[in-house]
Amino acid sequence: MRKRSWAAALAPTLMLTLAAGATCAAGAVTLLNASYDPTRELYEDYNKAFAAYWKTRTGDTLTINQSHGGSGKQARAVIDGLPADVVTLALAYDVDALVKRGKLIPDTWQARLPDNSSPYTSTIVFLVRKGNPKKIKDWGDLVRPGVGVITPNPKTSGGARWNYLAAWAYALKQPGGNATSAQQFVRKLYENVPVLDSGARGSTVTFVERGIGDVLLAWENEALLAAREMGADKVEIVVPSISILAEPPVSIVDKVVDRRGTRAVAEGYLKYLYSPQGQEIAARHFYRPRDLKVAAKYASVFPKILLVTVNDVFGGWTQAQATHFADGGTFDQIYGK
Amino acid sequence: MNAARVLGATYAADRTEPLHLRRRPRAGLNVMRLLLILVALGFLVLFIGMPLVVVFSQALSKGWHTYVAAIADPNALAAIRLTVLVAAIAVPSNLVFGVAASWAIAKFEFRGKSALITLIDLPFAVSPVISGLIYVLLFGASGWFGPWLMEHDIRIMFAVPGIVLATTFVTFPFVARELIPVMQAQGKDDEETALSLGASGWQTFWFVTLPNIRWGLLYGVLLCNARAMGEFGAVSVVSGHIRGLTNTMPLHVEILYNEYNYAAAFAVASLLALLALMTLAGKSLLEWRRPELKYGALSADRQTKRGMT
Amino acid sequence: MAASAAAMNQSFRRPRRVLPGFGLTLGYTLVYLSLIVLVPLSAAFLRSAGMGWEGFAAAVTTPRVLASLRLSFGAAALAALINAVFGLLVAWVLVRYQFPFKRFVDALVDLPFALPTAVAGIALTALYAPNGWIGRLIEPLGLKVAFTPLGVVVAMTFIGLPFVVRTLQPVLEELDREVEQAAATLGASGWQTFVRVIAPTLWPPLLTGFALAFARGVGEYGSVIFIAGNMPLVSEITPLLIITKLEQYDYPGATALAVVMLVMSFTLMLGINALQTWAHARHGKK
Repeated sequence: MRKRSWAAALAPTLMLTLAAGATCAAGAVTLLNASYDPTRELYEDYNKAFAAYWKTRTGDTLTINQSHGGSGKQARAVIDGLPADVVTLALAYDVDALVKRGKLIPDTWQARLPDNSSPYTSTIVFLVRKGNPKKIKDWGDLVRPGVGVITPNPKTSGGARWNYLAAWAYALKQPGGNATSAQQFVRKLYENVPVLDSGARGSTVTFVERGIGDVLLAWENEALLAAREMGADKVEIVVPSISILAEPPVSIVDKVVDRRGTRAVAEGYLKYLYSPQGQEIAARHFYRPRDLKVAAKYASVFPKILLVTVNDVFGGWTQAQATHFADGGTFDQIYGK
Repeated sequence: MNAARVLGATYAADRTEPLHLRRRPRAGLNVMRLLLILVALGFLVLFIGMPLVVVFSQALSKGWHTYVAAIADPNALAAIRLTVLVAAIAVPSNLVFGVAASWAIAKFEFRGKSALITLIDLPFAVSPVISGLIYVLLFGASGWFGPWLMEHDIRIMFAVPGIVLATTFVTFPFVARELIPVMQAQGKDDEETALSLGASGWQTFWFVTLPNIRWGLLYGVLLCNARAMGEFGAVSVVSGHIRGLTNTMPLHVEILYNEYNYAAAFAVASLLALLALMTLAGKSLLEWRRPELKYGALSADRQTKRGMT
Repeated sequence: MAASAAAMNQSFRRPRRVLPGFGLTLGYTLVYLSLIVLVPLSAAFLRSAGMGWEGFAAAVTTPRVLASLRLSFGAAALAALINAVFGLLVAWVLVRYQFPFKRFVDALVDLPFALPTAVAGIALTALYAPNGWIGRLIEPLGLKVAFTPLGVVVAMTFIGLPFVVRTLQPVLEELDREVEQAAATLGASGWQTFVRVIAPTLWPPLLTGFALAFARGVGEYGSVIFIAGNMPLVSEITPLLIITKLEQYDYPGATALAVVMLVMSFTLMLGINALQTWAHARHGKK
């Protein structure tokens, strides 16, 4: 008697929970793209364009859902079961995690699409206050005493890792540059950092809205967007002599598309990114296009910088992560005593 | 609390208290009183009023039009619907639990009671970051039940059930926490009398206990609801952030903020702030219409006192 | 009449537990508690147990972890103390005194629950940043709040306040004023009445409020992260380190930190609840 009455009391709770789940499982042709924070505007536009293109090609009506968050957090969500058909993340290290930790995609994923599976690129530039009062021209100026540098925490932000590696690459290229001098340089740079936000957009807000610091290290697309959104009367962009070629990778998630039967549309979605139309949309959102014709058209937006790659200078992301950002890596050494 | 225990006996005497006890307070006391009120208000303004002003001033910084547009946006409406749905499941679940737990704890003596109370408090001590993570460890693809759920195509993580579970966890102690002291203060004499007069267990609960605890109950539900709708950290871990599908209001606020859309972000946030004010307004309305409800006869007594000074 | 007398008779004959529903309510409580809280939490414990004692000890005793634990627990204790003092004052004023907009002020106290923590963090940072309304005023005095450990205390004070006020309020409402008036007529001053008559009743809820505000502050992430500055060894809180570990897919390391925080908070709360039960029992006997 007693037992039955608590079962009766528990049942509604459980049933409501399950019923709520069931409503979510049903659906038409949908695609889920798990992406990182700064690509919101890009994919909002791109999804409309691709849905229209897919409709004319196959007649299917496609709904594309977007999920955004920190790149590492998104990779973790996919590993833990977020049913994303495609991932469009900030660094190859996070897509590699899908191979290593989740066995969701084959380890040859990067060779499946052109240009290392990154249809657009970006780089790291400086955002300074209007008129550049501290006369910041290049990386060397960031370690001057009295210059406040805003960059997020490389431990929690993918973008910040690009910033860190770009600074490191600059120091290596200086006369007599080596790992020791580079670490010294980066240490001095971080001594000038007053706030370590957890993500790239947090840093942008700290710099622009809170008025902290003299220079923000940012993705080129973020800097251009911030300059547009926040008004050109507040900030301006400074392009350093050398920077890093950021290659945000894309991939389908094999295990998910095979289970959901969406492989064709997911592959089409990523391939269309390489088409002139896709490249045009990327360029409009301040991502550097791979397509030469589109690149020529937008040449005035993207200044020429000497760009080094992670593969050439750091031996790929897995090694860069282990040397610099893992527990006890060079970044921890800067703050450890 | 123990003073409250003898309340039932004393309030009757209170009404017939001798007039000489109801003297006007002295002038010195008034200065002290004013000072206390000013310090308390100053503290509240500094720590709560000002952030509230920031929220509303940002929300309205681009005018009413933007404010309304931000809330009428389909994604915002979807987030509001989801938030209400989640609260509508989590709050009643915790309400039933809270009543059961406080009945067992307040009306009976048993070993391990203070350990049980602490276990009920436990979710307060768990970082929101962890409250989300534990469900990932259970139901995530590599969690204990993950593979089985995947096989049977049951979605808990990154879907509504996961959000409901995380919210239920975070708001778990609120109702019980409010009710336990109230029930303890009430004792069990009333219930025992009712039973001895032939009432059934349910009747006793319904007609004797419930009227006695209803304010504590209401308080608990209001706080539980406010927290359920406002929870960010835990839900952020289990939601998957799919726009229009698994974004709750707090997550939608974060998205808008990250899109540099400050006015819209704070507009949605202001709805949650209004919620706190509205539920309390509702409670005040109830009290105002039926003043005798508030803590039984005590407040009626206070009202007559107020009238006399 | 006869029936009720019979019922009464019967109830007298029954042993101690007269009220029904003990098995039902306690059973339901334990099942629900296990399903929602204990089973999920044990997942965290088991995950960190997988790394072995040595690994566990190594993960939670690095200088950065220790510094963050000092900050999280220190700031939470300070914030809970501020809340205990001012929360008592606020609850007292709200219950005892009449003033304009009292209902509105009363409603405001719940705001920290309803406002998403991230919004609270952003709003507080906007206020206390050097160019904010409050930051601008205190910056010339050499006082920095935003992006320092002080900012952490401010955020934790914000989120903890309702715990203290809302635990004290019902008790204050039900406090028997007769006793105070009696004390006053017997010649006790206002302060004496407060210390001797009111304070003993207020200690238990005040302790509960303190413990809840403290526990909540220790675990808080969303609001602190915006205002703290997050500098390693200085203004980095433990939940941020948990996130950092997760970012490296170090689930055991993350859960190890979580377990340390949990055990410390739990011990404190258990102590306070035991103290209360003890005080309750002692008073009851008197």
